[in-house]
Amino acid sequence: MLHVKDVAITFNEGTPDEKKALQGINLELHEGEFVTVIGSNGAGKSTLMNTISGNLVPDVGEVIISDKDVTMLPEFKRSAYIGRVFQDPMAGTAPSMTIEENLAMAYSRIRKRKLKPGVTKQRKVQFREHLKTLNLGLEDRLNAKVGLLSGGERQALSLLMATFTNPNILLLDEHTAALDPARAELITNLTKKVVEDHGLTTLMVTHNMQQALDLGNRLIMMDKGQIILDIKGEKKQNLTIEDLLKEFQRIRGEQFESDRAVLG
Amino acid sequence: MALALFGAVESGIIYAIMALGVYLTFRVLDFPDLTVDGSFVTGAGVAAISIVNGVSPIVATLMAIGAGFIAGCITGLLHTKGKINALLSGILMMIALYSINLRIMDSPTVSLHNQPTIFSQLRDMWPAGLDSFLNGIFTAIGSERAPATWVIVFFMIVVVLVIKYLTDYFLKTEVGLALRATGDNKRMIRSLSANTDNLIILGVGISNAMVALSGALIAQIGGFADVSMGIGMIVIGLASVIIGEALIGKRTIAIATIAVIGGAIVYRMVVTLALRVDFLETGDMKLITAFIVMVALIAPRILQARKDKKRRLQKRAALGQVREGA
Ligand SMILES: Nc1ncnc2c1ncn2[C@@H]1O[C@H](COP(=O)(O)OP(=O)(O)O)[C@@H](O)[C@H]1O
Ligand SMILES: [Mg+2]
Repeated sequence: MLHVKDVAITFNEGTPDEKKALQGINLELHEGEFVTVIGSNGAGKSTLMNTISGNLVPDVGEVIISDKDVTMLPEFKRSAYIGRVFQDPMAGTAPSMTIEENLAMAYSRIRKRKLKPGVTKQRKVQFREHLKTLNLGLEDRLNAKVGLLSGGERQALSLLMATFTNPNILLLDEHTAALDPARAELITNLTKKVVEDHGLTTLMVTHNMQQALDLGNRLIMMDKGQIILDIKGEKKQNLTIEDLLKEFQRIRGEQFESDRAVLG
Repeated sequence: MALALFGAVESGIIYAIMALGVYLTFRVLDFPDLTVDGSFVTGAGVAAISIVNGVSPIVATLMAIGAGFIAGCITGLLHTKGKINALLSGILMMIALYSINLRIMDSPTVSLHNQPTIFSQLRDMWPAGLDSFLNGIFTAIGSERAPATWVIVFFMIVVVLVIKYLTDYFLKTEVGLALRATGDNKRMIRSLSANTDNLIILGVGISNAMVALSGALIAQIGGFADVSMGIGMIVIGLASVIIGEALIGKRTIAIATIAVIGGAIVYRMVVTLALRVDFLETGDMKLITAFIVMVALIAPRILQARKDKKRRLQKRAALGQVREGA
C-alpha cells in the first residue's frame, strides 16, 4: 500500500544549521495496517509525514503508494490517495466557509472538480449521515461557518473530511495534541472507530505513549531521523510503557530525554 | 441635481462590474491585485480601437473581456510560477500594461465620436415612444430634467445582475469552492487535491476580465478611451467593496456581491454630491475617494467601540459599579 524506500532529507545542507531530518528511512505499510509513530521532538516524524504527503520532496529515496512511484508528484496530485489531519485544528478546514461547503470540498478530493454546484440536495443527505457518526450535533448545523466551531469540533470535522472518501492512506500528525484532555479523548475514540469502520491504512504520530500503545496494530519509534523500533502483531498488543523506555535505552544507550513524551 | 444623481447611479452600475472583479481578488482570493488600473484601460482601449476599425461593438466588447482575462492570468502566473509577491506582481503588470495600452490604442486617446457602440445600437432598437412615456412619469414626480435614455439604465441593470448571479453560481460550484478555499486556507485545499496555482491564475484572470468589461462599457458610454482613465481604479473598486460591506454586510456570497454593487453606486453618488460642494473641484476627486475609503474603514470600528462602551457602562450602572474610562 505504502512503501517508503531509503528516504533521506537534509535541511540547510552545508550551513551551520544543517539538520539531517531523515536518514535512510525504510517503511512498508500493508493494506489495513494502523501504525502509531512515537519519538522525541525533532525526531523527524512530521518530516516523514510531509514526505509521504508530497509537501516535501526527499533528497534521495522513493515514495510508492499503491505500486505507483509518487516521489516527484506534487502534493495536490498525490492527495487524491491521501487523507490528512494536521495538529493545528485551524489547518484542516476553511473557516469562512460552511460545514457543508467544507465537506463538499473534501468530497471532490478524489474527483475532478467541475463547474457544477458543490453542495447538492443529494450530497446534503449524505453529509448529514456522515456528520451524525460524530455525535456532535453538527448534522443540524450544515450552514454554520466552520470558524465558529470549537477546536474539538473542527478537528472532528477534519477527521471526517479526511476519511469519508476512503483514502488509500490516512496521515494523522499529532492531531489530538492541541486539544484539552476531554476533546482529545473524543477525537481519539473517533479515530479508532473511523479507522476500524473503513479499514484504513493509517500512520498516526502521537506524543502520547499510552495512546500509541492502545491504538493500532503496529508501533514504530523514531529518533534522530531514523526508525529505531518497529513492533507488530502480538508483541505490540502486550507492549507496556516500561518496555518502550527500556528498548529505547538499550538501542540509544542514553536517557530518554523528551519529558513531554514520558509525561504524555 | 436629480439628473446628476441619476447619472451617478448609471455610471455606478457600470463601475460595479469592475468592483465585483476587485471583490473576487481582494476578498475571495485574498490577493491584493493592482493590475486593475491597467486592465481597465486595456478593456476600454481594445473595445475602442476595435470599434474604430469596424468591429461590431459586441465583438469588440468580447475582445476586451478576453484581453483583460489574459492580463489577469499573466499577473497570476508572475505570482504563482514566478513566486513574485502578490502586490508586486500586480504593480509590475499595471506598469507594463500602461505601455501595452498605448500600443493597442496607438495614441493616448481614442474617440468613439460618431461610431456605433453597444449603447447606440440599443437606443436604435428601443421603441421611441417608451422613452417619452417614462420621461413623462419622471417629470410628473417633479424632477427638472429626465435622463436622456432609459434603455441604457435597464440594460446595464440586467447586465450587472446577470454577472452577479453568474459570480454567485460560480463561487458555489466545485471549482468555485476550491477557489474560495484558496483564499481562506491554501494548505487545506491543497491537501484536498486542488491545484492552488491554477486556481489563483483563473481567479485573477476572471477578475480582470470583469474589470476590462467595465472599462469597455465606460469607453462606449463616455465616447472615448484614454490611456490614463484607469488611474486610481483599484481604490475606487476597493471603496465600493468596503462601502458595500459597511452598509449591507457580507454574510453570504449573494449578500456580499449585491453589497459590492450597492457600494459602487453609493460611491458614485457620494462623489457626485461632494463635487457639488463649492470649494471642491474635479481634480479633488482622488482625494475624495481616498477620504471615502478611510471613513468607510474607520467609521464602523468607531461605532462598534462606542456600542461596546455603552453596553459596558449600562451593565456597570446596573450593578452600581462606576469606573473612569470603562
Ligand atoms: N523546513 C525546515 N527547515 C529546516 N529545518 C527543518 C524544517 N522542518 C523540520 N526541520 C528540522 O528537522 C528536524 C525534524 O523535524 P520534525 O520532523 O518536525 O520533527 P518531529 O518529530 O518533532 O515532528 C527538526 O530538528 C526540525 O527543526
Ligand atoms: Mg511534529
